[in-house]
Amino acid sequence: MVSLNSYLMLGAVLFSIGAVGVFTQRNALIIYMCIELMLNAVNLTIIAFARFLNSMDGHVFVFMIMTVAAAEAAVGLAIIISLFRNKATVNVDEINLSKG
Amino acid sequence: MEQVMSSINLSAIAPELILVVCSLLILLIQSFAPIRLKGWYGYVSLIGVVGAVAVVLTQPQSFELRAIEYSFNGMWVVDNYCRFFKLIFLLGTGLTILISIKYLDNEAMQHGEYYALIIFATLGMMIMSSGAELITIFLGVELMSISLYVLAGYTRNRMISNEAALKYFLLGSFATCFLLYGIALIYGSTGTTSIPAIAKFIAGAGFGGPTIVMGMALLVIGFGFKTASVPFHMWAPDVYEGAPAPVTAFMSAGPKAAAFAAFARIFMEALPSLQTNWTMLIWVMAVLTMSVGNVIALVQENIKRMLAYSSIAHAGYVLVAFLSAGERGISSILYYMLAYTCMNIGAFAVITVLAGKGEQRVRIADFRGLGYRHPIAALAMTLFLFSLAGIPPTGGFMGKFYIFSAAIKEGFVGLAIIGVINSVVSVYYYLRVTVAMYMQAPDTAAEKEIPVTVFSPALVIAIFISAYGVLSLGLFPSTYLAMVKLSFLTLL
Repeated sequence: MVSLNSYLMLGAVLFSIGAVGVFTQRNALIIYMCIELMLNAVNLTIIAFARFLNSMDGHVFVFMIMTVAAAEAAVGLAIIISLFRNKATVNVDEINLSKG
Repeated sequence: MEQVMSSINLSAIAPELILVVCSLLILLIQSFAPIRLKGWYGYVSLIGVVGAVAVVLTQPQSFELRAIEYSFNGMWVVDNYCRFFKLIFLLGTGLTILISIKYLDNEAMQHGEYYALIIFATLGMMIMSSGAELITIFLGVELMSISLYVLAGYTRNRMISNEAALKYFLLGSFATCFLLYGIALIYGSTGTTSIPAIAKFIAGAGFGGPTIVMGMALLVIGFGFKTASVPFHMWAPDVYEGAPAPVTAFMSAGPKAAAFAAFARIFMEALPSLQTNWTMLIWVMAVLTMSVGNVIALVQENIKRMLAYSSIAHAGYVLVAFLSAGERGISSILYYMLAYTCMNIGAFAVITVLAGKGEQRVRIADFRGLGYRHPIAALAMTLFLFSLAGIPPTGGFMGKFYIFSAAIKEGFVGLAIIGVINSVVSVYYYLRVTVAMYMQAPDTAAEKEIPVTVFSPALVIAIFISAYGVLSLGLFPSTYLAMVKLSFLTLL
């Protein structure tokens, strides 16, 4: 049986990859994918805890997170599209009207 | 402390239900009613907000009692603490709606969705303040944030608004991940997501071990983003600058108060045993937030951006109150958030009036000579800026006074001194606007290009209410203090 620690380590590594990606990537869509990766790392962590603690709360929580992530994706992609209509780019370095 | 456990209790969520019904109603009117009813969306939403205020005020226990009521199997809590916060949110929402009606007419963007989203965001804040469970609080945070992402990009033909929405969305959801990871680690080490149960577990186990400390640190990051505290503040200036002025007014008050409400509830109720750990972290954050916010605000030319940095600095003052914890700390958070809501929304209301169509006049230079052309608006702006700077006899002064005296009484003398120095620094940039309004000649060329000021009775009412709030909080603080004193008691 795989130990709890292995799941937690995997979760932490995925979370870190996502976090590093958010800072290094320049494409808004890829940044968003990194954020989704972080969310799923959290899901993995919660579900591993829930399984090892024999608690139902965690299972419910993961469903909540998935639902919220779907809503967030809908809004996020809409925002990216409306930006793309005004300025045909999704590169965050070129989206720099406000500065100071 | 009286505790009542019950599973389903609709009266506990009555204000929230009213808001849900109201926003759905607006969406339905928008879809099915004739187009000439367009002007009424704002008023329908106002009725909803007023109804919710009435219900919050008359919820089972009155302000005199210290009762605390759990419902929905311990997921939902109604106490005076959350009720006070709900009144702050609803005040902010009501004022924002009053400001928005005319603004949206001018921008030809009068749609029902705007009001529905504002109300959904308010609903999210109310859930955050009432959640007795990390899952409930998380859902509140997300409901609020997602509505705000859309609102920030509401004027979708303006590039800068799109940009604000994108930045807010990416950094906001990034922050959510940290918040969630923190919740996950706390859940993993305590086996529960209920706030009272977590507190019981940590108290029983003595010390929760490294996992729970990690979880706590991640929660600090998550809430740091939501309250725009340094070093997690980078999104705030860009978003505040790009979002439509009424939305900026809304975002700078309610959501910040909501984030502090949930932050304080989790840290003071669930994690008080870790106080030594989080005090250190938040001490550094408070100093950085106050100093960075104030220093960068000094050099801003755009008034919305300046107020964004000022609102970062104000989050720093609230963090000072947060550190003081205990009775005094929490009551000064409540008092300050109320004063801050009045003065900040008031200031943005005046900006909405003066910025004109399409928000063309938002540089501080554009405010030159306004004291002569629009004496009343300029007077109101001066009042709000004085209050933000903390000059008596305004609510901002009393708020800061309570925060710093709480900090000194709890032994954070150094922090209070840094706070006061910062407060002095901030006077410079607030007065800069006042000086521009009263002591500098207007730029005549620019004046001819943009003749219109946005003006409507609703806006005047909003400014009047905020001004009344600022003045009465400053002149008659004892009434509000009595309310505040009853509100924090249930938390401890």
